[in-house]
Amino acid sequence: MKKFFLSIAPVLTLLILVNLSGCKPKSAADATGSDVASRVYVPPGKYDELYNFVSGGFSGQVSVYGIPSGRLLRVIPVFSVDPEKAWGYSEETKPMFNTSHGEVPWDDQHHLDLSQTNGEIDGRWLFANANNTPRIARIDLKTFRTAEIIEIPNSAGNHSSPFITENTEYVVAGTRFSVPLDDASGDVAIDTYKKNFKGTISFVSVAPTNGEMKLAFQLALPGMNFDLSHSGKGPSSGWFFFSCYNSEQAHTLLEVNASKRDKDYILAVNWKKAEEYVKAGKGRKQAVKYTHNVYSDSTHSATSTMETETTVIDVKDFPDIVYMIPCPKSPHGCDVDPSGEYIVGSGKLAALIPVFSFSKIKQAIANKTYDGDYEGIPVIKYEAALHGEVKKPGLGPLHTEFDAKGNAYTTFFISSEIVKWSLKDLKVLDRQPTYYSPGHLCIPGGDTRKPYGKYLIAYNKITKDRYLPTGPELAQSAQLFDISGDKMKLLADYPSIGEPHYAQALPATLISKSSLKIFKLEENKHPYVTMGEKKSNVVREGNKVHIYMTAMRSHFSPDNIEGVRMGDEVYFHITNLEQDWDVPHGFGVKGNNNAELLIMPGETQTLKWMPDRVGIFPIYCTDFCSALHQEMSGYVRVSPKGSSVPISFSLGKNSATPDSVLKKL
Amino acid sequence: MKTFTRLFAIFFLAAFLSCNDGATNSSETTTVAPGENPAGGQEAVQDDESQKDVVKVAASSKDHTTLVAALKQAGLVTSLSNAGPFTVFAPVNAAFDKLPAGTVDELMKEEKKEDLQNMLQYHVFMSAQSAESLTDGQTLGMVNGDNVTISGKDGKIMLNNSATIVTSITASNGIVHVIDGVLLPPKK
Repeated sequence: MKKFFLSIAPVLTLLILVNLSGCKPKSAADATGSDVASRVYVPPGKYDELYNFVSGGFSGQVSVYGIPSGRLLRVIPVFSVDPEKAWGYSEETKPMFNTSHGEVPWDDQHHLDLSQTNGEIDGRWLFANANNTPRIARIDLKTFRTAEIIEIPNSAGNHSSPFITENTEYVVAGTRFSVPLDDASGDVAIDTYKKNFKGTISFVSVAPTNGEMKLAFQLALPGMNFDLSHSGKGPSSGWFFFSCYNSEQAHTLLEVNASKRDKDYILAVNWKKAEEYVKAGKGRKQAVKYTHNVYSDSTHSATSTMETETTVIDVKDFPDIVYMIPCPKSPHGCDVDPSGEYIVGSGKLAALIPVFSFSKIKQAIANKTYDGDYEGIPVIKYEAALHGEVKKPGLGPLHTEFDAKGNAYTTFFISSEIVKWSLKDLKVLDRQPTYYSPGHLCIPGGDTRKPYGKYLIAYNKITKDRYLPTGPELAQSAQLFDISGDKMKLLADYPSIGEPHYAQALPATLISKSSLKIFKLEENKHPYVTMGEKKSNVVREGNKVHIYMTAMRSHFSPDNIEGVRMGDEVYFHITNLEQDWDVPHGFGVKGNNNAELLIMPGETQTLKWMPDRVGIFPIYCTDFCSALHQEMSGYVRVSPKGSSVPISFSLGKNSATPDSVLKKL
Repeated sequence: MKTFTRLFAIFFLAAFLSCNDGATNSSETTTVAPGENPAGGQEAVQDDESQKDVVKVAASSKDHTTLVAALKQAGLVTSLSNAGPFTVFAPVNAAFDKLPAGTVDELMKEEKKEDLQNMLQYHVFMSAQSAESLTDGQTLGMVNGDNVTISGKDGKIMLNNSATIVTSITASNGIVHVIDGVLLPPKK
């Protein structure tokens, strides 16, 4: 026995060792380290530390993630219609899609900026740009809904937007695609670009009380492409910086023709100066057309107004507003460090990262240390503005954000990596691969005076083999790093909605406590509100039938409707009478050439329906509301045109049901 | 030798188990009755904005302390904080006091939990029934599986000819009809 045991002891020992080693990470490929899971694990029922708002790119929407878990919390519809939420389908939300071009149901949503006070995130609003049909949206962070959309005239390709000033005085919009101004004849030969095409930078003011946006003024500039931008802060307060490419003024094959010069520019705008001129009545009043769409949480409806005038300041006539700083090779990111002293240009074709010094820029302007001009705009000597260069940082720098310890973090698209470097001595400190090809990155508060730091999220354009394959179209991804230590540490990656470009993040407590739970029914000022089941009604006005309907667990009132005729336009105005958190009701009608409604507690929403045939049409609740959700349904009878069936409606009058016991009393 | 083998076996087992840190914690099963959530269910949600649900309506009434204590003992608070919709017939304290002496104390004992649940579930109907929607002679199939019969008498709505509706309160997830008697499920 002893002999036998001794003979198997080594085997057992080996088994134990194998087993113990099994507790360690499975392979070297798991380079994230063994404690990583606990760093991103948020136990069930616990909240994430941060909200992360991520632009949706070609989806047109904004998604909201929890960090560090990477849990998707919500997709906020902004510039694209969303039949799930009736965004753009309900009568109330249709005006949000109105533009000077008519209804535009989609856009390309690139960048986001959270509102700030004194250069710090204040948790009031989130701004979003539309690149294709130039617009800026404001999202209310109490409701997580799009509250306002303003169109930008004299513009095309609203890319360097919606970046804000330190106190959210203005949100900016710069043209990616220069075009003739709206009041000039656009019927010109494309090769007259240099003569006829203009770039514009728009300053949209934001009312400090309710956030309402107003086009304050626009700067007219030579034709070129504005890419990204950021506000100055601290010492550079009152200035705004824009990266420009295509200073070659190419209008065809930009890939080649806009990549010829060694340097393009960063445009420094003294917006305080421009504001002074506008206040003094300077600038040209120009007739234009652009829409201003506002959603009211009181009437639960949007209104769209066509605005007709803008003030244009041609920078040629006001030489102390803008200056150009040479910046290597088609800069993309244009990022200002937390101190406000350093401006980082990321030339996407450059082999280095130039860091400019604001105090040097000011000095150069004072001393007129210029290197000629660009179509009348003074060009500051490169060396006179330069703090220094980060040498050989990687390939294809795109975007830089900052931590609170004097470090900068830049994405490199071509070499697929994030590089950490020191602002002080411009030395590279760390580099980590991403999977693959990152565009933007996000450090919570990383573009403000007070970075929260701790995490960095890279947004990757290419994911190829990173997830289970899903056919030719793959999700793009977000990749979360811990940046609290000297070296960046990859914690997790997860697929994203649409194509994320810019993103923002903030500590959850800044907004979680003020998040709205219900709309107060007594404050509902919708013109078609039904304040209680007893107020339910069906009203015919010519061929329009207005149904004043309520929703309450677990029925609609009324739920039997007759007297609708072919040729009618039927409007279901549904008020959700619930005053209970997380109890929306939905509404659908068979055969409706429209979407569904999702109606939040205390809200009224309207669904239009034009019956296409005679018959009986079921209606039902589409959002599982209660144990008797499946019972929450009814019927609408549609009669032929000219039918004598009168309008009638009811709830609970079943053919076999006896009278209420109360009637007997 | 035997001791050595045993020690080795224990060591082996310990080494094996050491890998399962955390993963097996959830398998520590204790028997939980349906609807009971020891960690707190929807009733634990922090929400001062919404209308009160049927449980909160009862809890905010000084005349329903016995009922609320009984709902807690029966583990029904989580279920009644759910979306519903519920019709709850809520006997006032005085109604419980009318029961034979010691009845409530007896029902509140741990070993009588099922009887208490049966009795309380006999006071709950699924779907929100307003007083107006009740009809004479109507039978309501209650949550416990037994029926309650509605009738009208002396200007009042009666249940099983033994309790009358005193007043009705709309709650977020249903309706609370305050009643002056306890409904006793039929004996089986």
